Amino acid sequence: MSERPIAFVGARLIDPESGYDGPGSLVTAGGLIADAVHGDGPPALNDDFRVVDCGGALLAPGLIDLRVKTGEPGAEPKETLESAARAAAAGGVTTVVVQPDTDPVIDDPSVVDFILRRARDIGLVHVYPAGAATKGLEGRAMAEIGLMAEAGCVYVTDVDAPIVDSRLMRRLLAYAGGLGILVAHRPADPWLMDGATATEGEFAARLGLIAGPAAAETIMLERDIALAALTGAPLLVDQVSTAGALASLARAKALGLPILATASINHLSFNELDIGDYRTFCKLIPPLRSEEDRLALIDALASGVVDIVVSAHAPAPPEDKRLPYDEAAPGSVGLETLLPALLTLWHEKRIPLARLIGAVTLAPAKAIGLAAGRLAKGAPADLVLVDIDAPRLIDAAALTSRSRNSAFDGRRLQGEVRMTIVDGRVAYELGVPKT
Amino acid sequence: MEIKAPVAPGADEVRRRTFPFPRRHFLSIADLDPPQAVELLDLAEGFVSLNRERAKKLDLLKGRTLINLFFEASTRTQSSFELAGKRLGADVVNMSPRASSVTKGETLIDTATTLNAMQPDILVIRHEASGAASLLSQKVSCSVVNAGDGRHEHPSQALLDALSMRRAFGHVDGLTVAICGDILHSRVARSNVALLTMLGARVRLVGPPTLLPIGVERWGIEVCGDLKSGLAGADVVMMLRLQSERMQGAFVPSSREYFHLWGLDRAKLAAAAKGVKVMHPGPMNRGVEIDSDIADDPAISLIQDQVEMGVAVRMAILASLAARLDNR
Repeated sequence: MSERPIAFVGARLIDPESGYDGPGSLVTAGGLIADAVHGDGPPALNDDFRVVDCGGALLAPGLIDLRVKTGEPGAEPKETLESAARAAAAGGVTTVVVQPDTDPVIDDPSVVDFILRRARDIGLVHVYPAGAATKGLEGRAMAEIGLMAEAGCVYVTDVDAPIVDSRLMRRLLAYAGGLGILVAHRPADPWLMDGATATEGEFAARLGLIAGPAAAETIMLERDIALAALTGAPLLVDQVSTAGALASLARAKALGLPILATASINHLSFNELDIGDYRTFCKLIPPLRSEEDRLALIDALASGVVDIVVSAHAPAPPEDKRLPYDEAAPGSVGLETLLPALLTLWHEKRIPLARLIGAVTLAPAKAIGLAAGRLAKGAPADLVLVDIDAPRLIDAAALTSRSRNSAFDGRRLQGEVRMTIVDGRVAYELGVPKT
Repeated sequence: MEIKAPVAPGADEVRRRTFPFPRRHFLSIADLDPPQAVELLDLAEGFVSLNRERAKKLDLLKGRTLINLFFEASTRTQSSFELAGKRLGADVVNMSPRASSVTKGETLIDTATTLNAMQPDILVIRHEASGAASLLSQKVSCSVVNAGDGRHEHPSQALLDALSMRRAFGHVDGLTVAICGDILHSRVARSNVALLTMLGARVRLVGPPTLLPIGVERWGIEVCGDLKSGLAGADVVMMLRLQSERMQGAFVPSSREYFHLWGLDRAKLAAAAKGVKVMHPGPMNRGVEIDSDIADDPAISLIQDQVEMGVAVRMAILASLAARLDNR
């Protein structure tokens, strides 16, 4: 399929690999970046090109989101791979990694294959599955990690459920590490968090919510760090969210352990008070933390203790959310708000732009071994063109995602995606309905 | 010939005192400011004397429909709201989820909107989830009264407790009130802390550290880790039930040890102020948090008064909410 090449002129290019942030233009050809020209000079063009005058808008590598839940297979009314792909494209996300907590669970190469085939058929954005770390996500026996990796899963994880058995976790790290496969693990002590839907503190106590202490995260993370040191295997710490755990993480990284960490955009943007009058859209896993934790997380992202930002996209239909807080399903959709929420952190002057963009492009690309995430000649033409100043009032009802449970509903953010390019093709264009 | 219903003495007085409730819903003590809380207690006082007459009925809620929607089993609160509604002339319907379609998978909101379509005026709800009453209030057009939501609030209980204290001591401000036991799981404790501090009482929370909410030291009250010093100088001792049904895992080693350390008996009560009164929101676990000897001693126990005040306070709440509806 030969697509008309595109020339972006008059853009502000930001390339996390070279560190370039300045005026420039970029041309695509054959699904790749044919050239990225720094400076004001126009690139060499001919009539074949579709020329996009960026007017100073930001042109960055397309976002790579390592933590996206859909409902396919098994719970399609929540979200299908197609609706998730459309939401991703609308949000400037060009690669999504879907989580294995589907029905059936992605713990078998045939399900990996199914996801990849569906993604090919949809063809809108890149979709890769993460495989289950343990069979059935039950935390008892290793899944067929090697076979799933050969079939195309990009890392393994038990998603929200912590792997309690330390011996199993050790073997998992050693085994997967030996095969060159990354293990992701969300650190949470399951006993301290038993039944918890909020972070322990004055606020949760007043609301009468069952809460778990922030230390539950540190306790499990310290174990994981010790096991990473024991095995020498790489570990992806999933959604670190507390100041205590960040201190542990910083120590482990200072020792040179091969540990990467993600933070969710939700925990960078909200604190426990956003639960307010029992807002179920703010019921998340891990639960929202204190403002001190949120600020520590922002600092950790700025300093590089946190490497990657994820949307933690978790669709839930109204029947699962319009319930009392204790009974409601956890999670917030996030594919369409990830970029504007990140840009809002930049507008608030909390983190440099290049650092923010790197955390959703180059860093995740490197973590799972993709060639994307860069604006270099020969790299995949996965791009997002975004007006970084455009004010947005997020209206959950207007989201593309099949479920509209957005924690950002009613929030004012800044940044609007004008165009999303995947493999040199237009996956989304503002104001242009997708046929 | 027209048969006139007998008018209870004091009815006019009660009618005169009835004031429109400040909000459409009564979900939390925070819905009241101090003068409004006192006004409600004054109004309830009028209903206490009325309730002791032979003819107890008034027509303040005549023509109005009250639905009791109780997702958790309740004897005293439900019958108390039912009697309160009936004595004010409302039509009262009791809904219990076991007998309804909630067990067939219908959600709380579906049930509420269904009931709402039947045009009730007041919906009284009890639910095991914190925030359930608040959620409901956002989805219905009638008034919602929170009769207990999970571990969050039980505002009418706090009002009846305050009324019982005021009648026993003549005032609430300046009283030292020790609330003892399972504070963590108690909505009664949360509502009482809010109301009693609002009314000027000194509140002290007493219980094992595992049953005290995290951050409780920042509630602007005293916190005490052992019963004896917690009871020292207390005018009122409010014992709370050990709520095993809400517990995730064990918080104390055994009920025997709990009673030994935290249960109220005469020996421990000796540390309290002279003339101390003992309260319990019920249902009691005799021999776990309170000795029968104390619970049944009319000289010190206000437990029966609490039940009586419950009806009066709920009449005051309903009358006040209805007065607001009448004003619309």
